[in-house]
Amino acid sequence: MHIYLLQAVTQNPDSSYWYLPVGLQLLFAIAFVGLMMGVTHLLGPSRKTADKLSNFESGIESVGNARQPMAVKYFLVAILFVLFDVEVIFFYPYAVNFKSLGWEGFLAVMMFVGFFLCGFIYIIKKGALKWED
Amino acid sequence: MNVSDILFYFLSALAIGSAILVVISRSPIYSVLWLIVTFFAISGHYIMMNAQFLGIVNLIVYAGAIMVLFLFVIMLINLNTDAKPQKGKWLRLAGTVAGGCLLLVLVAALKNTEVKGMGVQVGTGDIGLINQLGKALFTEYVVPFEISSILFLSAMVGAVVIGKK
Repeated sequence: MHIYLLQAVTQNPDSSYWYLPVGLQLLFAIAFVGLMMGVTHLLGPSRKTADKLSNFESGIESVGNARQPMAVKYFLVAILFVLFDVEVIFFYPYAVNFKSLGWEGFLAVMMFVGFFLCGFIYIIKKGALKWED
Repeated sequence: MNVSDILFYFLSALAIGSAILVVISRSPIYSVLWLIVTFFAISGHYIMMNAQFLGIVNLIVYAGAIMVLFLFVIMLINLNTDAKPQKGKWLRLAGTVAGGCLLLVLVAALKNTEVKGMGVQVGTGDIGLINQLGKALFTEYVVPFEISSILFLSAMVGAVVIGKK
């Protein structure tokens, strides 16, 4: 009975059964990383000196505090990236249904992109992505 | 108990366990890393419920982009031990009461649903598949779709106004 069910599932290209190889690969990747970290921990020699345990900063002795608040410019770039990332994700369902949606769907997407384009022009005009100021 | 049930309970335990670790971790960086594990578990649930597009989008947007934002926020704030906010006794009590109220509401809402006591419904329903989702989004829900672009526009303008001064 289970074999029949599996056959019915495997004939459907939309079935989540096809994510089984992805899951297996993920499992093996995690297992491999865990195994290697454990094995190197067990087999490798461990000589703990003060020099070895200090943070590696390209060979220079570390100075100052690492926990300094960083510039807000990074955050601005990141949040703009997220917004345009979401815009691109909305294109996937449209691209799959491109033929069947016709002109109506095209106009909807053009309006969507138009709003984003307004925002993009605003960002460029304001110089928000300019690093030096 | 078949394979999908085992997978369902494993993913649920992973999601809840890592979500608890998000809350109780001392370091905010560890909290973010556990949150990524939670998102992976939830993506696994999406894929099991035949909503593969939602699962992948959850990974791309939340585990990819939003987590970078969270890390930037953590790096923006001052994390030195002397600058940590002191949590008073009353604040803890208020948090406990608020969280307990939310738990009560969720339990009461889930108590009367028809899915109570059922395992995960593997392979049923197809609204989470990319072509069905696209059809629904661009025909039935085209107005909310356009309104969401205005939301994005306002987010862009807000970020630039606040970030640039």
